[in-house]
Amino acid sequence: MISILTGFVTELRAVGIPVSMVEAIDAAGAIEYVPLADRQALRHSLAACLVKNAHHMEAFDAAFDVFFSPQPPLVEAADEGAEESEGAGGGSGVGDVHLESLIAGLMGALAAADYATLQVIARQAVGLFAGIQPGRPVGGRYYVYRVLSRLGADTLPDRLMEGHDDASGLERTLLTDEYRARIARFEAMVEDEIRRRLVADRGREAVAKTTRRQLLEDIDLAHAPRAEIARMERVIQPLARKLAARLAHRRRHLRKGRLDIRKTVRHSLSTGGLLADPQFKAPRVAKPDIVLLCDISGSVATFAHFTMQLMYAMSSQFSRVRAFAFIDGVDEVTGYFAPGVDFHDSIERISREAAVVHFDGHSDYGNVFEQFIERYAGAITPRTSVIVTGDGRNNYRPAQRELLAAIARSARAVYWLNPEPVRFWDTGDSVMREYAPSCDGVFEVRTLRQLEAFVEELAMAAATHKTTVKVSF
Amino acid sequence: MTEFSSPGEVADALKSADYLPDDRISQVVFLAERLDKPVLVEGPAGVGKTELAKALAEIHGRRLIRLQCYEGLDESKALYEWNYRKQLLRLQADEGADWSTVEDDIFSEGFLLERPLLEALRSPEPVVLLIDEVDRVEIETEALLLEVLADFQASIPELGTVVAISRPLVILTSNNTRDLSDALKRRCLFLHIGYPDVTREREILLTRVPGLPEQLAHQIAGVVRHIRSQPLRKSPSVSESIDWARTLLALGIEEVDEGVTTDTLHVLLKYQADIDKMAAELSGPR
Repeated sequence: MISILTGFVTELRAVGIPVSMVEAIDAAGAIEYVPLADRQALRHSLAACLVKNAHHMEAFDAAFDVFFSPQPPLVEAADEGAEESEGAGGGSGVGDVHLESLIAGLMGALAAADYATLQVIARQAVGLFAGIQPGRPVGGRYYVYRVLSRLGADTLPDRLMEGHDDASGLERTLLTDEYRARIARFEAMVEDEIRRRLVADRGREAVAKTTRRQLLEDIDLAHAPRAEIARMERVIQPLARKLAARLAHRRRHLRKGRLDIRKTVRHSLSTGGLLADPQFKAPRVAKPDIVLLCDISGSVATFAHFTMQLMYAMSSQFSRVRAFAFIDGVDEVTGYFAPGVDFHDSIERISREAAVVHFDGHSDYGNVFEQFIERYAGAITPRTSVIVTGDGRNNYRPAQRELLAAIARSARAVYWLNPEPVRFWDTGDSVMREYAPSCDGVFEVRTLRQLEAFVEELAMAAATHKTTVKVSF
Repeated sequence: MTEFSSPGEVADALKSADYLPDDRISQVVFLAERLDKPVLVEGPAGVGKTELAKALAEIHGRRLIRLQCYEGLDESKALYEWNYRKQLLRLQADEGADWSTVEDDIFSEGFLLERPLLEALRSPEPVVLLIDEVDRVEIETEALLLEVLADFQASIPELGTVVAISRPLVILTSNNTRDLSDALKRRCLFLHIGYPDVTREREILLTRVPGLPEQLAHQIAGVVRHIRSQPLRKSPSVSESIDWARTLLALGIEEVDEGVTTDTLHVLLKYQADIDKMAAELSGPR
């Protein structure tokens, strides 16, 4: 047991969950009080000892499922062999008959919320349709997808609702919710079963590697799947709140303000006129004035959205935030964001209404800078920090670096955030080399963690009256 | 103190105190008592973090000592303070006495003002210590808690180390408005309480709202789940769904439909933008 536990802790650390020695020892102590056959009890106990951040729970669960998946009993293994050879050798005809009856059984069990039967169906379905090839190093998701698509999981909610045509409005919504929840449980069962077989085939460590769930703050913004993006959006607000709290704390520890003579003299009364206790004015907190210039074309749009969302969530930390979106034309989008307005609505309005396409809808930084200077030169004052986000891929158009240099001259500072890995810069049509000299800082920002670090340093640099932003990731 | 031999017993006891735990909650509470460790409870507002501590005090028949945290909380408010006025009076009354005897005298028990942490440590009967909203104190003040949490003792320069006479059961709650220090987290078991599933929410409603028909509770739980699945600024918490159930009961409503829900949304949601969004969602074509 201890050896499994150490392997498990190693895996958690590999995912990025910080597990200290003390916590690992706690976990070992906790195991003594848990009946090992009870997986859920074990899961809750280990989670309580090892994971101290709610956002890490999903990554923990993924690793736990692999490391502590129940081993198949021998009898069942023989049984499975028979099922699989039947599925493979008998051709698709046998499979179809099975499929029909299986789906009928599945619908019945879902309608009756009969979880024991669902469990059996999940096992059969995996045996028949997953087609797990021994030794093949793929993640479980692929097999899950195969099984679910054979069962027609997408159509299940609608088919289950067919029997409830008389249900109206709200009732219908609630029923759909309920069926969705049941189907989600069934999907989890299928996933469990596949994981169990994979672990039996390839061993824990190997499976853990392919099923690893990245921590939200480490997910690549440019390539994140939709579901992950939705999860990340939910953490933006709490993240901004925490960041603001941290900034307030760091600012408190900055140098004190100037000597407050009036206050010092008044305090001296209690020491008989001796100026023993100098009093200081509260330092004036310099808040930067921000201009966001975001490339919202195709691949970098997600990143632009996150940057805008975080900057707006943090707007209390800045004296003013103005946002401009561009592709090959530029338009101000500041008005689309307002307190209380849903962020998705704003994004949708931007893509619908903002005039960001000038010519053909491919990024053209040179033209964008030209238009920006022409129309919005007034937005930039010597107190403005300009943040450009984009991959610097200019579709082989003239870079016009002197225009960015002109912007940089009239602004306090220009920072460029590029969501591409540094090693891809200046390859193909990327012209980062041209723009970098005009910027006070050029950063690779691909994850929430990096974005957060940049915003924090940006606000701190303003508070200490510097223009250089140093970000260590 | 009653020792529980399994998480199941913890769950039953908590239920008898009108607190409905899920498996995770009863498991972690059980473990905390076995390992003698504080529990750090985190989760959105209104899911019953503070209630858990109250229920634990009730089932153990212990006194609940509560330290409400706030920005600016310091040692003199959390741990102990010398009763300065009383010391001054004592000095004036003793004028002319030898300093060493006076010194011994004024830094003794009689002049010590106990604050919640010290009170919990020095209580002859074991207590439940609730450190509420620990994320509100500054990082520096957090350090104050470490000694208490790890070793159940506190150091007072004039008196020496005060070791707990009885082991308190410590519950810390956090709304996660900032990251707590690793040192603090390391010393605690972590328990995240999220929104309950439909079944548990229904049971909570039935326990907390006497006279609520079962069918109505079922519908309320369903509607609340639906609202929580929407991207809103603030999802309704358990305490808000309890409020809603009370409202519906008071209005004499027996069946929830779109109209009723839309009219009473302001009980569940606290932002006008959220209310508008849900109202549109409920009345929109499906």
